[in-house]
Amino acid sequence: MASAGTKGKSKKAAKPRGASKKSAWDLRLYIAGRTPRAERALKNLERICAEHLAGQYRVVVIDLLKIPQLAKGDQIVAVPTLVRNLPTPMRRIIGDLSNTERVLIGLDIRAR
Amino acid sequence: MTKVQSPRVKLRGIRKCPTGIRGLDEITEGGLPRGRATLVCGGPGCGKTLLATEFIARGILDFGEPGVFVSFEEPIGDLTANVASLGIDLSDLRKRGLLAMDEVRVERSEIEESGEYDLDGLFIRLGGLIDEVKAKRVALDTIDGLFDGLPNEAILRAELRRLFRWLKAKGVTSIVTAEQGDGALTRHGLEEYVSDCVIRLDHRVKSQIATRRLRVVKYRGSQHRTNEYPTMINSKGLSVLPITSLGLSYPVSKARISTGIRKLDSMLGGKGYYLGSSILVSGSAGTGKTSLAAAFADSACRAGRKCLYVSFEESPEQLLRNMASIGFDLKHWIPRALLQFRSQRVTLYGLENHLANLHQWVEEFSPSTVIMDPITSLGGEGLIDEVEAMLTRTIDYLKGRGITAFFTTLSKSAQAEGSEVSISSLIDTWLHLRTFESGGERSRGLVVIKSRGMAHSNQVREFLLTDKGVTLRDPYVGSGQVLMGSSREVQEARDRDGAAEAKQGFEKNQGEMEGARQRLEAEIAAMRLRLKNLGGEMKAADDRERLRATRLSQERRQLRISRKAD
Repeated sequence: MASAGTKGKSKKAAKPRGASKKSAWDLRLYIAGRTPRAERALKNLERICAEHLAGQYRVVVIDLLKIPQLAKGDQIVAVPTLVRNLPTPMRRIIGDLSNTERVLIGLDIRAR
Repeated sequence: MTKVQSPRVKLRGIRKCPTGIRGLDEITEGGLPRGRATLVCGGPGCGKTLLATEFIARGILDFGEPGVFVSFEEPIGDLTANVASLGIDLSDLRKRGLLAMDEVRVERSEIEESGEYDLDGLFIRLGGLIDEVKAKRVALDTIDGLFDGLPNEAILRAELRRLFRWLKAKGVTSIVTAEQGDGALTRHGLEEYVSDCVIRLDHRVKSQIATRRLRVVKYRGSQHRTNEYPTMINSKGLSVLPITSLGLSYPVSKARISTGIRKLDSMLGGKGYYLGSSILVSGSAGTGKTSLAAAFADSACRAGRKCLYVSFEESPEQLLRNMASIGFDLKHWIPRALLQFRSQRVTLYGLENHLANLHQWVEEFSPSTVIMDPITSLGGEGLIDEVEAMLTRTIDYLKGRGITAFFTTLSKSAQAEGSEVSISSLIDTWLHLRTFESGGERSRGLVVIKSRGMAHSNQVREFLLTDKGVTLRDPYVGSGQVLMGSSREVQEARDRDGAAEAKQGFEKNQGEMEGARQRLEAEIAAMRLRLKNLGGEMKAADDRERLRATRLSQERRQLRISRKAD
């Protein structure tokens, strides 16, 4: 199920410094079309990652309008959904990620 | 079950989508509203999932309409296994490309919410499934799963509204199931969104016996029946049992069938029961109710009529053995397919299941006679309403098919004719068995309490179980009392003795009187003799007197002569 994401349309595979650590944070962002909400989510995600996970993350963006089959594997119901594939356990954050605090909590970067 | 008709009734523009579930299409007058969503609500374990699954599976199997099933609760594997016992092979349907299934899991513990979202993910998945099999039917089972998983209820409500509109736009007929709420149809007020048709399932337990009900709460734009209907789940799936009797329009037969007991026939106008009537035999324990039932079963088979014997107390083997002991060899009717035994413990199933089973057996065997022995086993105290309702439906159902129904019921006391009153109005012929206790023994008595449409005896007959069968005897009615059993024998013997005694007495009297007569006669003879003797004496005296007088006058003459007097 995890491998499915890489086949998808990898919009962003940001890997600035420390490429060796890229597998530490494996994130997927599910969207359904490039809606304003999806764009917002993407921007918010990039900002949060740059601030908190610099150099240790990889993001794959999956547009379900293009590859709807992928919704099943990760149990996507709401969009946008951010899935933390690695590190385990899997975490999900739904919404446009506008609440940074909630995102950090959701990703276990910040304690609940 | 064999034929599921598809009455695509057109009622002013509302097209119907038959579910293929027995009875449901009847009470909805053709099925669910086609191209719209139907809400099925009810508490846990009421059969929502089954109804949804059957709707999809029967749609494929019976009506050639591919379907989509989305489960929000149960894993697909469990679902498939659950309905496999009903003869529905979901994985086969999936392989044949007629069914698409998906499992939507939303774990609240895994989900963090940050900002706005919508349910496009679900829409896309659903859309993909519908397109995959070109589905005409969709089931979403239990939508509450979303409420449990997604925190923002405002977003969810808006999205659900959109979902139902979207489903309509897709042109699929859908079933959405939801949990029942406190004092409301659904926990989350979904009836607000799905307004075309709402069906409520109910599963209640009373006196440890479960009953299921179904009610069409609402059906926009269509007629439907509004009652609560008993529903059951058996090996053929869900079935709803409509009460069909409201019209009371049964076909009525004038033909008669023997009760199996000659004397009882004669009590019932000489011919026995009416075919297609309902017969109740009441009586306390050990009065011979089952024997009467066996007699009737035997008679029905003898007449070449199929008989279904449903026993709630005895196993077939035991029943056959016991009945053989009183001269009914029922066993040989079984291989001739005239007699079928069904035994089941009442506690095993709910009432409705009994009814469903009965329907199934009747449909499979098509008997002309059904015996249920005893119906009192169906329910204990406090269940009278349910049992009564069930029996009403049973009698209706059997009568509607022209089947002669024979029930036995256990009365709590010998005199309790009141305990059966609740269903007595549905019964055409009611026989009551009771025991009479006197002289240190019990004997059985039978009386016809009522028998519609025939002249029947008002006599209490003694009911005898012998190894040659069941017979009825006229009771002893001499000496101003009615006697049965050996007290009757005793009385009869006593009467015989009495007669002999009287005869002896008479003979004795005769002898005595003869003696007296003879004595009298002897006396008379003696008196006659004395009379005769007396007469002789009198004559002799007379003669003597005359002689003396003559002699006196002679002497006087001679004296005068001698004295020469003049």
